[in-house]
This record gives sequence, structure tokens and C-alpha cells, in this order.
Amino acid sequence: MRVALFLTCFNDTVFPETGRAVVRLLERLGHRVEFPQGQTCCGQMHFNSGYRPEAVPLVHRFAEVFAGYDAVVSPSASCTAMVRDHHRTLTGVQPPQVYELSEFLVDVLGVTDVGACYPHRVAYHPTCHSLRMLRVGDRPLRLLRAVRGIDLVDLADADTCCGFGGTFALKNADTSAAMLADTMQRVRQSGAEVLCAADNSCLMHIGGGLSRRRSGVRTVHLAEILAATEPAAAPAAATGGGRR
Amino acid sequence: MTAPQEPDRSNVVWLGAPAFPEAARAALADSQLRANLKHATGTIRDKRLAVTAELDDWEQLREAGAALKRRTLRHLDHYLVQLEESVTRAGGVVHWAADAAEANAIVTGLVREAGAREVVKVKSMATQEIGLNEALAEAGIAAYETDLAELIVQLGKDRPSHILVPAIHRNRAQIRDIFQREMGRWGRPAPDGLTDDPRALAEAARLHLREKFLRATVAVSGANFAVAATGTVGVVESEGNGRMCLTLPQTLITVMGIEKVLPAWSDLEVFLQLLPRSSTGERMNPYTSTWTGTTPGDGPQNFHLVLLDNGRTATLADTVGRQALACIRCSACLNVCPVYERTGGHAYGSVYPGPIGAVLTPQLVGVEHAASLPFASTLCGACYDACPVKINIPEVLAHLRARVVEAERARHRLPTAEALAMTAAAGVLDSPRRLAAAQKAAALGSRLLARDGRIGALPGPLHGWTDSRDLPQPPAETFRAWWRRNREQP
Ligand code: SF4
Repeated sequence: MRVALFLTCFNDTVFPETGRAVVRLLERLGHRVEFPQGQTCCGQMHFNSGYRPEAVPLVHRFAEVFAGYDAVVSPSASCTAMVRDHHRTLTGVQPPQVYELSEFLVDVLGVTDVGACYPHRVAYHPTCHSLRMLRVGDRPLRLLRAVRGIDLVDLADADTCCGFGGTFALKNADTSAAMLADTMQRVRQSGAEVLCAADNSCLMHIGGGLSRRRSGVRTVHLAEILAATEPAAAPAAATGGGRR
Repeated sequence: MTAPQEPDRSNVVWLGAPAFPEAARAALADSQLRANLKHATGTIRDKRLAVTAELDDWEQLREAGAALKRRTLRHLDHYLVQLEESVTRAGGVVHWAADAAEANAIVTGLVREAGAREVVKVKSMATQEIGLNEALAEAGIAAYETDLAELIVQLGKDRPSHILVPAIHRNRAQIRDIFQREMGRWGRPAPDGLTDDPRALAEAARLHLREKFLRATVAVSGANFAVAATGTVGVVESEGNGRMCLTLPQTLITVMGIEKVLPAWSDLEVFLQLLPRSSTGERMNPYTSTWTGTTPGDGPQNFHLVLLDNGRTATLADTVGRQALACIRCSACLNVCPVYERTGGHAYGSVYPGPIGAVLTPQLVGVEHAASLPFASTLCGACYDACPVKINIPEVLAHLRARVVEAERARHRLPTAEALAMTAAAGVLDSPRRLAAAQKAAALGSRLLARDGRIGALPGPLHGWTDSRDLPQPPAETFRAWWRRNREQP
């Protein structure tokens, strides 16, 4: 099976460690993953902001770059949803088969125990797009439950939007901030040291707020927890979270 | 040369209302409002979840409701003509109104014909949409709202904030003050020493309204549905005040959006299950009233049905956007919407607030007149999951955003700052080489702004982000650079 990694332009630029974690994880599971260098962006930002003509060349590029792969895996639920739900309507071109990471592990590779070890208190935040557009269900939680040493805590009203929403966070910054404040309160109440999700964009939003408040709670992408193998490989305490 | 007359849809959006982000800012600053909203939407959300989970065929019911609405909208012309024939056969009179001004003129004329100077009203979105109360007032006719929440809004000279619970933004103490201050000017005053006990408030409203029910000779209602095959019109409510209006006066005038028609009586089976469970979280609403034309010696002796277009056929022409016309006004989407929960309905500047307002209003009035509404959402999809007739609100929102951007482009000769940024970003993203160069520039530039790996203040329009959030500093090495260094075979 030829597997390609679609990292997303955003992860590539701001959260490259998530991509390295996916590579580490899949190689540990015995799979080779390729990174086609021609890849850039799925077009989600343009599409969701109303700039459809601008998204069209990106969609074409995506289809060309990933043609010929049996599966494309991406550590972003929202970009996976963009490809699956909108690429074809935009251009008429059938997009390649893209899986969000937890779907790929559980459905394609058939594993839930990926041999990870992560001795920290973690809360999982199901992002809206993973929850409602991809319907990943409890796949991420099944993967997390199998992680050794992990202390999974409940997040109240976990299915509530964190307030990110792409350009919404800029266009409606005040409403976004109000939603963020409530999200942070729920995170704090959970007692978690680490907040985990399948989308770095939402994590950047929540992590940016937690860091501003000096809450001490870190945000970590699901891939990085699944890639962690022993306590020494776990993130050292960062100054306020968001990245490590 | 005179410009073609713009249709009068002015009341759908409130004149002079600020764009959503500004209006929301005011609402967000009101902590009492936010507390009221959080409490009310939270309570009703839980109730809805409990009663919809009771039915094991709930998903099939939703699908049936959606399919019925789709089919009806596709053949709307046919069903409307059939409705007109059925209503006429049953002794009613049907009027067609292209816009708000026409509808208001029809209703005003009918009230005058009946020789009345006042009317009692059943809560109705359609009459709010056309600004009927204001139009009647101009003609010297007083319109009395009889729904409790609507009465509170009317007495408070306020606007409704919610489809189902128009006074959701008011608490009990505020309501008592409004009753004490205003009731006397409209009719029977509030009893002395009125407390903010819900029962005392309800009793005060009952006494105040009873006088109006017994005196009125004309009633104005909306409609939740109308059955084409039989000409039956129906209203679903909780308090029974609607039933008083529908049975006591001599003349009944119903104003109904043309999308409310249903083909057959048996279709009610689906919607009378979907509506109460989705809206009030009840298995059945307390009062369901249906009437078919007139019956000699029983109930209103004159029945008029005003069929309102007011932007609906234009909406129907949009193959993606038209699904908004399937709305049964249950308000479930408002109650689950995290944006609505924080801002309340007034921020939408429209008769239709919340997610459904964000997709319906711009279509009824033209996207350029409500351009901020399709953006007043995170596209989280909670509304789509809750909607009993499966309106894909996020899909319509994204679609209308594209229409707003198109309209902007057509209007401005020079692109907006946002459009410039989007075009530039698309150019960068269309080439891995340009992307790599931009990534390098971002990593370098961010070094000037960052402290301890975090960016605390961004310039220009991006300050909206850093006003409440830090931004991580992009690391020096991107993933693609790392990959080339570690995994690429030379
Ligand atoms: S859009 Fe759907 S959920 Fe919202 S009010 Fe209409 S029917 Fe109810």
C-alpha cells in the first residue's frame, strides 16, 4: 500500500512536530509513508471564507499531487473534511482517498493500541469537524485509552465549539474570545495538564488563550501522544503550552 | 429615468442595525444577558435531547420531514394553487402579497372593512417580518400581542430576541418592571404590589389580555402550516391565547409565508412530532388549532388568508440556499448555537436570528443587505445536527459567503484588503516554492514579534487574534525542510 502524508500548509509551517510524530508513529507500526513535495493546501480557508475561485487551483493541485496513492493520511480533521465534502463539488474531480489519522489507524490499519506511552493527565477535545463532518466518533478515544500511563479525564460539554472557526476568530474576534473563555474554563475544571485534539488549528486557538492566562495547561496534537513511547520522550514542561 | 422599485422588505432587517460583529460586542458586554441566555438555552437543549432520544424512529422522522419539504418546495406553485382553491371552497378568501407593503395594505384594508380599530394577534414571525404592527399603527389601528413573551416584548418597546421565546433576554424582575410601568397605558393595569413570582406575572398577563380577547372583533394570526388538499390552516402553541384569538373574533386574518404549505393532512403526522420535540422539548404542544374556511354560527365568520412572498421565490431560485425555506421555526438551531448563546438574537439585526436567520435573512433581503450574517458562525455544525428537517445550515452559510464575496467584487472596482490578502495567499499556496519562501519569511518576521516562542501582539487587522490569545512562533525549520534533510534520498 502506497501511503502519502498530507500535512496541511498550516501544520507544515507552524506545527511541523505533528508531521514528524505521524511519520514516527507510522514507521514504528511498520509502514512507510511518503511526503509528496508538491503538496500545499486543501483550499479550506478560501472555501470557507467565500473565495471559491481561489480555492479551485489548490483543489486541482491536491488531486494531481496525491494521484496514484492508495491512501492519504492527514493529522487534520477539518482539512480531511474539506477534501471529502467539497473538492468534488468545486471542480468535478474525484479527490484521492483521504483519512484523518485516527480513521487511518483504526479503519485502515486496524490498530487501536499503537504501543504509545504517555504518563500525563489528558483531556480530549473532539473538534467540531472531527465530530460532525467526519464523524470519527470515539476512534481517537479508543486510541488514547490504549496508551500506557495516560490518565484520561472527562471534559464537560466536550462537543461544544471552542470558538475558533477559521477567519471567524478574526472577523468576530469578540464572540470568538467569549467562546474561548468558556472553553478554557471547562478545560481548567477537567484538571487536565494536557489538552489533546485532532486539529492543530483549534489547539492553537485554545492553547493561545491558555498561554495568555498562564494556565500551565499544554495543548498537544493527538499524533504526538500516539507517537510518544516512553516517559523520557514526553514533552518537557514548556512555558505555557501550545507547542513543545 | 426612475430606478425600478425595490421590493419593500425593510422590516426583515432592522434599519440602522450595525453589522453582526459590532452588535455582538454590545451584547457580549452585558453579563446579565449572557447569563439569561446561557440558562435558557442550556435548559431547553437538555429537554430537547431527552425527548428526541425517546423516539427510536427520530432519524427517520427527520428524513421524512426533510423529504416532504423538498418535494413541496419543488412543486410549490402547484400546491399553492391547490391551497387557494381549497380555502376558497371552504368559504375563505385568499390574497397574494408580493412584498411587505402589499401584505400590510391588504391586512389594513381588511381591518378597516371590518370596521375595527384594534386587533388581537397570535404570535407570528410573518407579521413581524412585514412590520404589520407598525403599519397598522400608522393607519390608526392598535395591534395587541397576546402571546405572553410577545406581550412582554411589545410592552417593553423591545424587539424579540428568539423565535420561540422572544423575551429570552429578560429575567423575571425586568418583566415585573415592564408590566408595572406599561400595562396601564395599553389596557388593564398590573395589579398593585405585583411580585416577580412567575404565577403572579402570568396572572397579571391573563387579566390584562382577557379584556382584549372579549372585546376584539378582528384577529390576526400566522400559521405553522396549511394543508393544500383540504385548505386547513394550523397554529401550534403553548398558552391557549392563540386559540382565543382564533375562535372569538368575527374576522380572522392569517398571514402566512408561501413555504408553509403542505400537500396533505396526513403530512401533519410528521411535523406535529418534529415541531414540539424540537422547539419546546415537549412530546406534544398543549394547543394545536386547525381551521378550514368558515362554519356558519361557529367561530370567525370571515376568514382571509394572505400568502406572502417577500423574497421567498427569489430564495427558491437558489438551488443550494432554498433549503432554508424548509424551516419550521422550531428554534432548535438557536438553542444549540454557541454563537447565539453568547450574543442573543438582537445582534443578528433581523427578525430571524441565530443560524436560521444567518441563512434565511440574507436570502430574503438580498445578500448585500445582510452581508455580515453568513460569517456569524464558526461552521461548527451543531445546528445541522439539531435541525428537525435537516437543513444543512453550514453548507448554506458557506454558499452565501461566496455570494457575499461575489457581490463585493461586483460592487467595488478596487478589491478590499481582505480580497487582496486572499488572492495573495492563493498565489503563495499554489506553488510549493513560493510557499517555502513565505514560510521562511514568516519564521524570520515572527522572530521580531515573539518572546519566549509566543507572539503576544500582532499588527493591523490581525490584532483581533492577539487581543485575547497568544500565537505560537513558527519554528525555524518547517516540516518539508525537515523531511528533505532526513527522509529524502538524494
Ligand atoms: S432551521 Fe431547522 S432547527 Fe432552525 S428553526 Fe428552522 S427548522 Fe428549527
